[in-house]
Amino acid sequence: MLTAHDVTFRVGNKPLIAGISVSFSPGKLHLIIGPNGAGKSTLVKVLARLLRPQAGKVEYEGVDISRAPEAELAKRRAVLSQAVEVAFPLSVREVVMMGRYPHFGGRPGPEDEQIADEVMQHFDVTEFSERNYQTLSGGERQRVNFARVLAQLWRDGANETTSTCRYLFLDEPLTFLDIRHQIDFLKKIRTFTDAPDVVTVGVVHDLNLAARFADQIVLLNEGRVVANGAPGEVLTAERIQTVFSVTPTFVPSEHSGVHLIFN
Amino acid sequence: MTKQHASRQILLVALAVVTLLTLAASIRYGAIDFRVAEITRALASLLPGNAAPTLDQRIFLELRLPRAILCLLVGASLGIGGTLMQALFRNPIVEPGLVGTSSGAAFGSALFFVLGGVLHIGTSLWSLPIAACVGGVISTYLVFLLARSREDGRASIVMLLLTGLAVNALFMSAIGFLSYIARDPQARSITFWSLGTLSGASWKAVEIVAISTIVGALIALRYAKQLNALMIGEEEATYLGVNVNRLKWIILSVNVVIVAVATAFTGVISFVGLVVPHILRMMGGADNRFLIAGSALTGATLLTLADLIARLAVRPAELPIGIVTSAVGVPVFIFLLRRRQYVF
Repeated sequence: MLTAHDVTFRVGNKPLIAGISVSFSPGKLHLIIGPNGAGKSTLVKVLARLLRPQAGKVEYEGVDISRAPEAELAKRRAVLSQAVEVAFPLSVREVVMMGRYPHFGGRPGPEDEQIADEVMQHFDVTEFSERNYQTLSGGERQRVNFARVLAQLWRDGANETTSTCRYLFLDEPLTFLDIRHQIDFLKKIRTFTDAPDVVTVGVVHDLNLAARFADQIVLLNEGRVVANGAPGEVLTAERIQTVFSVTPTFVPSEHSGVHLIFN
Repeated sequence: MTKQHASRQILLVALAVVTLLTLAASIRYGAIDFRVAEITRALASLLPGNAAPTLDQRIFLELRLPRAILCLLVGASLGIGGTLMQALFRNPIVEPGLVGTSSGAAFGSALFFVLGGVLHIGTSLWSLPIAACVGGVISTYLVFLLARSREDGRASIVMLLLTGLAVNALFMSAIGFLSYIARDPQARSITFWSLGTLSGASWKAVEIVAISTIVGALIALRYAKQLNALMIGEEEATYLGVNVNRLKWIILSVNVVIVAVATAFTGVISFVGLVVPHILRMMGGADNRFLIAGSALTGATLLTLADLIARLAVRPAELPIGIVTSAVGVPVFIFLLRRRQYVF
């Protein structure tokens, strides 16, 4: 369970998000939508504690995370960002193994190696595990990063049934992907989120993808929550008109119930 | 990873062997060449119960040997310094000499040399390296302060290099000024500092540089994993559990100290720190654990080779070693600048 209480983050005097209270439960996929500058990315960074809010607090399972040690937090919180650049030539496997860094001291143990193998298989990157990350295409890179992020949160069901949740944040990870990869990613995130201890909160731009994959949608505008609930409740013609300044037409769809077309 | 790990281990062993071979050449050849038998006898004379060393043997024990070992240590320091700076800035064209550390340290040493005598500041073993560290800290801090953008407080690489250029020029002219006002014997050693030389090597210097190099290398190795995480960006490193600000401070401090202490005894030696990490990345990839260990060995080897050239090229006189490293390093630097596909 992830809860934000009355969170405000300012740069200078300008609040990027103001007085946001929202909570997210495990096993569900939560997506944040809103126009440019609404504070989506800021909210995700505050929830993941990259940014520390000037007011309010963020709690993981009721515990304020503002004082949690960085290394401890990294064992159960991971963030998938857009377009990760690597400064030096690293092999794909080395990048994926970074996901295990919070879990081992000096060198990766056999368990870490095994997890790296599994996630690479899961994202179809095993075949280029020895290739230089810098030579990959945007879509391939993002698959590698997704593998890295899941390696960070990977748990073997058998021996680690702890009570703590795992938190996965998605900071606009679909931005540079084509539509096939976008859908493919969201399906994989969907599957991962089905685990009963995984809290997933993400930012996406495409309203139709949000409508199709989210259990809960948070609509932000000018740093505040405009609406929060199931896709059907949040995405009304009137709200989309006010927030995005475009007029949607709702078309019935066999996948997601409804599909939006903008005029 | 395990296969790669094994091949890196083999590479490091090979590098260590090469380092030892260059060391052997370095103690054998110079203004006078020593035969192996002579070297063995000189070393044997140190053992209790053996005859006191002859003049030649003393030259070997008190001049040649400490110089060769100091050269290894300084090379290792500069190599590690280059690796740390490149990892910290996520950029392969920085090195300690380019961001002011070396020239500041040289200025600190020169100032101590000129004023220390006048002001009768206690000349303990450590006062020279401390003066160099203070100079190195000031110049490095100055570069970072001036290179920082007013908008977001970050230092771009272009700004860093340009500011480093300016601050280097400033400290070099300050060293020039000191040598102008200094009395003659001091002046000579100050000039040597700005060019870099190992001719002042002594066992005392070896002792101090050994401490800073070894301690610095161990701390650096301890943070190698965190430096690896930094390769994918500061935000990503934070998400992987790295306290990025703390890491930056620690690595920058280690770097300033090992480079400044080395500079205190040898003067400014440029480009070793730039070239060494590149050679290693080409051979064994970018893992910082490998790079730190490897750059110590490769830095030691390269500087020893440079010292051999400096001693043999105009024998029995010798060149300042900084001239040799710059002559080799500048073309490499320009090549890297022109070839790089990295974003500034």
